[in-house]
Amino acid sequence: MAVAPEQTRGVIYEGTRIPSPIPTVLRVSDELTATGDVMQVNFGPNHPSTHGVLRLIVDLYGEDVVGLEAVIGYLHTGFEKSMEQKSWWKAITYPERVDYLSFQANEMAFVMAIEKLLDQDIPEKATWMRMCLCELNRIHSHLVWLGTAALEIGAISMFWYAFRERETILDLFEMVTGVRMHTRYFQTGGLAEDIPTGFYAQARAFCDQMPKGVDDYEAMLDKNKIWLERTVGLGLLSADDAIALGQSGPALRASGVNWDLRRDQPYLAYDQVEFEVPVYYEGDVYARYRCHMEEMRESTKIIRQCVDRLEKMNGEPWIADNRKVVLPPREELHTSMEALIHHFKIVTEGYRVPEGEVYVTIESPRGEMGCYVVSDGGAKPWRVKFRAPSFVALEATATCMHSGFIADMIAIVGSLDTVMGEVDR
Amino acid sequence: MTHPKETWWVALIEVGVIINLVMVAFAYTTWLERKVLGRMQRRFGPNRAGPFGLLQPIADLVKLIRKESFFPASAHEIPYILAPILSTFTALAAFAVIPWGKGWTVHGYYIPGVVSNLPISLILIFALGSIGIYGYIVGGWASDSKYAILGSMRTCAQLVSYEVSLALSVLGVVLMGQSLNLVDIVDKQQTTVWFFIPQFVGLCVFLLGGIAETSRPPFDLPEADTELVAGYHTEYSGMRWGLFQMAEYINMIVLSSLAVTLFFGGWHFPWVPSLDKFGPIWFCLKLAILVNAFIWLRASQPRLRYDQLMRFGWKILLPAATINALVTALLVVWVK
Repeated sequence: MAVAPEQTRGVIYEGTRIPSPIPTVLRVSDELTATGDVMQVNFGPNHPSTHGVLRLIVDLYGEDVVGLEAVIGYLHTGFEKSMEQKSWWKAITYPERVDYLSFQANEMAFVMAIEKLLDQDIPEKATWMRMCLCELNRIHSHLVWLGTAALEIGAISMFWYAFRERETILDLFEMVTGVRMHTRYFQTGGLAEDIPTGFYAQARAFCDQMPKGVDDYEAMLDKNKIWLERTVGLGLLSADDAIALGQSGPALRASGVNWDLRRDQPYLAYDQVEFEVPVYYEGDVYARYRCHMEEMRESTKIIRQCVDRLEKMNGEPWIADNRKVVLPPREELHTSMEALIHHFKIVTEGYRVPEGEVYVTIESPRGEMGCYVVSDGGAKPWRVKFRAPSFVALEATATCMHSGFIADMIAIVGSLDTVMGEVDR
Repeated sequence: MTHPKETWWVALIEVGVIINLVMVAFAYTTWLERKVLGRMQRRFGPNRAGPFGLLQPIADLVKLIRKESFFPASAHEIPYILAPILSTFTALAAFAVIPWGKGWTVHGYYIPGVVSNLPISLILIFALGSIGIYGYIVGGWASDSKYAILGSMRTCAQLVSYEVSLALSVLGVVLMGQSLNLVDIVDKQQTTVWFFIPQFVGLCVFLLGGIAETSRPPFDLPEADTELVAGYHTEYSGMRWGLFQMAEYINMIVLSSLAVTLFFGGWHFPWVPSLDKFGPIWFCLKLAILVNAFIWLRASQPRLRYDQLMRFGWKILLPAATINALVTALLVVWVK
C-alpha cells in the first residue's frame, strides 16, 4: 500500500486501538464490571438507526459505551449460493441485490469476472458507459449515505435534500435501463442495450446541478456548529489500524491512506480520465464525511468526461459481436436460423465459461469490492464469493469506538457506511 | 361605573373553552409542524385528509384512539397509566395563568382575559413544569425497558438543569415588572417598553432553555429516536403515547405563550392602544411566530450530544442568566 510518510499528517493516536484478539468485540474492563453499574443494551436488529438489521450488543456505563459487539447475519440471503444455481447470465442479477445502493458497481465486478474468464473484450462505448453509470451509482450511494448519516445525527432535513439529487440519478438510470434500481444493464460483452438519445443532455444537466447540490449540503452542514461538534475528532482510526483492519474506500482515505483502485489499479478507462482522489488525514467521522463530499464532486467530473467521449461514439456497437455469449439482435431472429439457435442456446442453457478461477476487484462506492469466481467449465458458476467492503468496514466499529457516548456510536456506525445486505449477503 | 359581576360559572365556562382551545391549538400545531417541516424539506406534508390536510390531526386522533394501547407485561401498572395523564394535566393547567386578553363585559358579566389571576402565577407555571417532569421519569421507569430508563434519566438530568437557567432568565423580567403576576407584567410592558429590548440576554436564555425544557430539537435527547428509539415513551402506544405527545406540544405552546407574555408584551398591540380589544388575536399571532421558530430549528439543526447539552446548560446558559439577573437587579435599584 502506498503510504508515503510525508503524506501522513500528524499522529491520530499512539499505537493501535484494535481491541485484540477479536477486533470486532470491545470487552468491558473487569473493574467496570465489578462496579455492577454496567447496563447491557441490545441495539437492534430492529432499531431506527442500524442501517437495516445490524445488531449491536452495547455495554453502557451511564452514557459511555464501554463494551460493544456486533452481531450480524439477520439479512443473510444466500446470494452467493443461489448464484451457483443460475446460469451465468441470469446470475448477473444477484450481485446487484447484494448491495442495494451500489448495484451497478457490484454488477460490474461480476460481469468483469465473467469477461476475464471468457477472455472477452468489450467495445469502447460499453467501457465508457459502464464507467459513467458506475460513477453515477457512486454519487447515488454517497447521497443515500449522506442522508442517513446526517439523519442519525439529527439533521433530518439533509435526507430530503440528498434525495433531491438522488432522484435525478434514478431518473437517468430509468432512462437508460428502464428501471430505477437493480438495473441489470451490464451484459457479458458490453451493455444490454444502446444508450437512448436524450441521455447525454440529461446527464449534462445533472453534471451542472450536482456540484451546486454538494455546495448546498456543505452549506447546511459544514457551517453548522452542532454538526462539527458531533463529528470532528470522533471515531478515530489511524492509517495503520485502518490497513490492519483491511479498510477500503472512503473510510481508508479518511484515515490518510492514499489508495484508490480506480487510480492505482485502473480498470475500464479510469486511466484516461482526470480526477483527484480526496485524502484526509484526520481519521475521524468528519474526515469520512468530507471524503464522501469530495468524491461526489470528483465523480461528477468523471461523468462529464464520459459523456463527452460517449457523444462522439454515436452509432458504434455497444456490445461485442460474439454470438456464443451475446444474444443475437432481435431482428435477426426472424430471418436467420443460426441466430435463432444461438438465442435458444443462450436463453435456455446459457453460455459456457471456460474452467478456471478469477478474482476481480473494483472500487465500489464503499471501497474495494472483490469478486472471486470459480468456473468448472459449465453453464453455471461453480462458486462465487464477494469481498464485501461493508463487511470489512463493520469490523472497524469497535476500534473506532474508543471512549465515546451512545450518540457517538450512532455517528460512527453511520460514518463507516455499511450496508447490511452486503455484510450478510 | 359599577363593578361588573364576576361569577363562578363564567370562570367555569371559560376554563372549558380555554382547555378546548388549547387542545385545538395543540392539534393544529402538529399539523403546522408537519406542513412547515414538509415545505422546508422539499415535500408536501399532510395533504390527503381534507383541504390542505386540515383534517389530518383529527384523523390522527381517531387512529390513536382506535389503536391498541400496548401494555408491557413487566410494567408497573398504576404509574405506567398515570404518567402520561400527569404530564398532560400539568401542561394543560399551566395555561390557566397566562393572560390572553384585556377582559370584556358582556351583559353585565365580567369575562376576565385570564382564567386565573394569581399573584404568583409565574412561580405556578414553573412549579407545574417541575411536576410534569415526574410524568416522564415515572413513565420511563414504570415501563421497565432499558431504552425508556435511559430516556428517563436523560429527561431528568436535562429538564432539571435547564429549569434552573430558565427560572433565572425570567428573574430580570420579574425585577423590571416588579411582580410575579403575569397580568401585571404584561401591563407594565405596555406602560414602559416590551421587555425583549432591555432583557435581550434573558430572552435568549429563556428561548434556548425553553427548547431544552420542552425537549424540542436540537435538544431532543430524551427521545432521540436514532439513539434511544423513543426515549421515555418507547413502550407507550395508542392514546397513552398520544398524551405524552400532547404534553410535549402543549408545553411548547405554554412556553411560547410565556415568552410572548414576558418579553413581547403579551396580548398588547404596539403603539395603538385602541387595537388592544383584539388582544387574543395579537396573542395568537405572536405565539404562531414563536412556534414557527421552534419548527424552523427542528428542520435545520442536528442533535446535540448529551455532554455537550449539559455543558451548554451549566457553563453558558446558567452564567449568562445569573449575570443578566444581577445586572438587572443593580440597574433597577440604581435607576430608582
